[in-house]
Amino acid sequence: MSEVTSLDMPRLEAEATEKTVLGFWAYLMTDCVLFASLFAVYAVLHGNTFGGPNGHELFKLPYVLVETMALLTSSFTCGLAMIAAQKRDKSQVLFWLGVTFLLGLTFLGLELSEFHHMVLDGNSWRRSGFLSSYFTLVGTHGLHITFGLIWMAVTSVFISKRGLTEGTLKRLTLLSLFWHFLDIVWIFIFTIVYLFGSLSI
Amino acid sequence: MLTQFANAFLGRLSWHALPQDAITRGGASAIVLGGLGIVALITLTHRWKWLWKEWLTSQDPKRIGVMYIVVSVVMLLRGLGDVALMRAQQATSVGNSHGILDASHFQQIFSAHGTIMIFFVAMGFLFGLINLVLPLQLGARDVAFPFLNSTSFWLFFAGMGLINLSLVIGDFSAAGWLAYPPLSELKFSPTTGVDYWIWSLEISGVGSLLSGINFLVTILKMRAPGMTLRKMPMFAWSVMGSMTLVAFAFPILTVTLTLLALDRTIGTHFFTAGGGGNAMMYVNLIWAWGHPEVYILILPAFGIFSEVVPTFSRKPLFGYTSMVWAIWAIVLLSFTVWLHHFFTMGAGADVNAFFGIMTAVIAVPTGVKIFNWLFTMYRGRIKFATPMLWFMGFTVMFTIGGVAGVLLSVPAIDYQVHNSLFLVAHFHMMIISGVLFGYFAGLTYWFPKIFGFRLHEGLGKIAFWCWAIGFMLAFTPLYILGLMGATRRLDHYDASLGWQQLFIVAGIGVIFVLLGVAAQVLQLVISIWQRDQRRDLTGDPWGGRTLEWSVPSPAPSYNFTTLPVVTARDQFWADKHAGKTVEPRYEDILVPKNTGAGLWIGAFAFLVGFGMIWHMYWLALLGLVGIMVTIIVRASDDEPEYILKAKEVEKMDNALRRRKQYV
Repeated sequence: MSEVTSLDMPRLEAEATEKTVLGFWAYLMTDCVLFASLFAVYAVLHGNTFGGPNGHELFKLPYVLVETMALLTSSFTCGLAMIAAQKRDKSQVLFWLGVTFLLGLTFLGLELSEFHHMVLDGNSWRRSGFLSSYFTLVGTHGLHITFGLIWMAVTSVFISKRGLTEGTLKRLTLLSLFWHFLDIVWIFIFTIVYLFGSLSI
Repeated sequence: MLTQFANAFLGRLSWHALPQDAITRGGASAIVLGGLGIVALITLTHRWKWLWKEWLTSQDPKRIGVMYIVVSVVMLLRGLGDVALMRAQQATSVGNSHGILDASHFQQIFSAHGTIMIFFVAMGFLFGLINLVLPLQLGARDVAFPFLNSTSFWLFFAGMGLINLSLVIGDFSAAGWLAYPPLSELKFSPTTGVDYWIWSLEISGVGSLLSGINFLVTILKMRAPGMTLRKMPMFAWSVMGSMTLVAFAFPILTVTLTLLALDRTIGTHFFTAGGGGNAMMYVNLIWAWGHPEVYILILPAFGIFSEVVPTFSRKPLFGYTSMVWAIWAIVLLSFTVWLHHFFTMGAGADVNAFFGIMTAVIAVPTGVKIFNWLFTMYRGRIKFATPMLWFMGFTVMFTIGGVAGVLLSVPAIDYQVHNSLFLVAHFHMMIISGVLFGYFAGLTYWFPKIFGFRLHEGLGKIAFWCWAIGFMLAFTPLYILGLMGATRRLDHYDASLGWQQLFIVAGIGVIFVLLGVAAQVLQLVISIWQRDQRRDLTGDPWGGRTLEWSVPSPAPSYNFTTLPVVTARDQFWADKHAGKTVEPRYEDILVPKNTGAGLWIGAFAFLVGFGMIWHMYWLALLGLVGIMVTIIVRASDDEPEYILKAKEVEKMDNALRRRKQYV
């Protein structure tokens, strides 16, 4: 006769979360390689202005600083949402996620408006190798932010419907990892693209 | 108004996209008729429900592995068809005769051959074998993320679908298997060919990346209790090395393909000849992925040999620790050699010297592995079963190809033979004997574990000898031709060069290879026919050493009734010889439910690709939204798993064990 053991569900769930978080870290590292490749491309092409404007002529640092502040603050509020989640305070979590979402949306709006003006001035990605790599690097980050915002909205709906279960908490953890990761990438973009671009040449 | 609407709706698609010449029409009809034939067969035998429930929606890695391998084998046949056409062309297209293919068609065929063989044969076979074996070897019941695993497969399948669709609608890239710009730019390749190439690789590449993450986490988190990394079977080590490379290299491929797609669709200037683009950057980027890719394919083949050789030599693997170090040395070094693919770019003597030295250095860990296998055989009681034959063929040919590779690593020599058939002979010798022979060995070796019966040995041996002889006949002449100055991608040459005899010999070699493939097909058919006599009732048909042989064949969906506890490297061997048998203990098992979500993601990705290729942007957008909705719906499923009750497990296990006594 065999002995029947019932499953230790909390332990299994905790193990599953651990696996998922590790997997997500691995994914973030691959995303890091993706951005590294785009940075390398930018590094190769940033001088190829092909008679068009260079970064010094195009970038408005104060504007980008506002953009940066919006994103950095959103990272902070995302952290506050995580703290609230650890306290199992659902309404606080939803509030801070809402603030994060709005800040992220602000960032995205500012970025799109910057792009829009550049294109209107005739400085689109078609203008030169430099602008191709600029739009692609910054745009890929913007695309990540867009997906992050969609994800945030969906997670908020899940949390408001189901509360802070093991499942929603796991998703929130991954989302916050993703959001902080995008923040770090932006710091590199801000430094390498905007600061160096405005300083030199 | 109507035309405007049609343009927005259909993009570039029109009736002219259907094939115009006889050979393409033949290929296209073969694909369409073959597809319809399969659909009709399934419908007539009422197998749709079965197919959907047991296979297409399955989350069992063994099932997914089998699907990967089936696709790869079909693609192998297509890739070989391309080979036959190319060899026929080169054997006959001399002087006044222009052979059977026109130049542009020939270019499409060699581009398709390389692309299909690497991405849809080798990669598919690789992920198939990993899925079959890795969880069993680790003493695990599943991979870390079963749903992601099935999604990876369906993305691979979608990419495969796109590349084959190019034969029916539109054309395929004529820019070589890596599509160097500026040739692959819109200006010089205005048709959809390069776009098919980009999107089929983009989609299947994302699948590969996700698989890489999945298997890495499986290895790091799901090993049986007691299995420390240093007790892990060598195949698992090699997969870990290979998947680490996937994680680092495939994002570069994604970026590179995207940039080329941007150049072609929205007019950026990354790799264009004008506008501040830099075509050499593409070559750097694609090889920064491409060289590690070679090792992604070959490391698991090394892993397979590291399982096969000890089993058939009845000895533990020689130099386990040095094998592990060799794997990681290769992983590291494989990122430091990519420039040897284009020494002639003119990066300067110092840069070339660095990459030349690194290339020679990477031969060292590979040599360590070869010697370790030979020392494993030394004074062993060797059984010359088919997997072992594949290994021994590999040793000889891989060494010849490897020596040619070391020769090529010297930049000064490389300048002489760059882009010649010498190079073609070299890399085919590495990839066929290393990768393909390795995977064939693995498939023969693990076949009984998955299907419950052994493959026919005699036909396996005939297949091996046909492959080995055909392969030497096909590629030895190419070394000579390469040294005589014949370049790759040559569709016509002058009679006075005196190359024709050698090309004819190479063509005869391909006939032998095709005979080998015929023997393999026959082997499969006959083995299925005689499966009742070939049943593996012990679960351990070869006298194996690792955990996968401790479970009955075919391995049950849950792999292990009780998770094994590991105390030694060759745990199963140790248990066997200590006379230790484990009394089965049954427990509840958490099993992932079947889901079609992976298949839908693949289908939507296919639409994204098709829409982008034909500039039907609404379709691409629809596909993208479809993917996101599928993910959200899937994420809102609260119970993706169910509990397989201990009673059920006991019943299934008893059925497997009872069968042993009956037959």
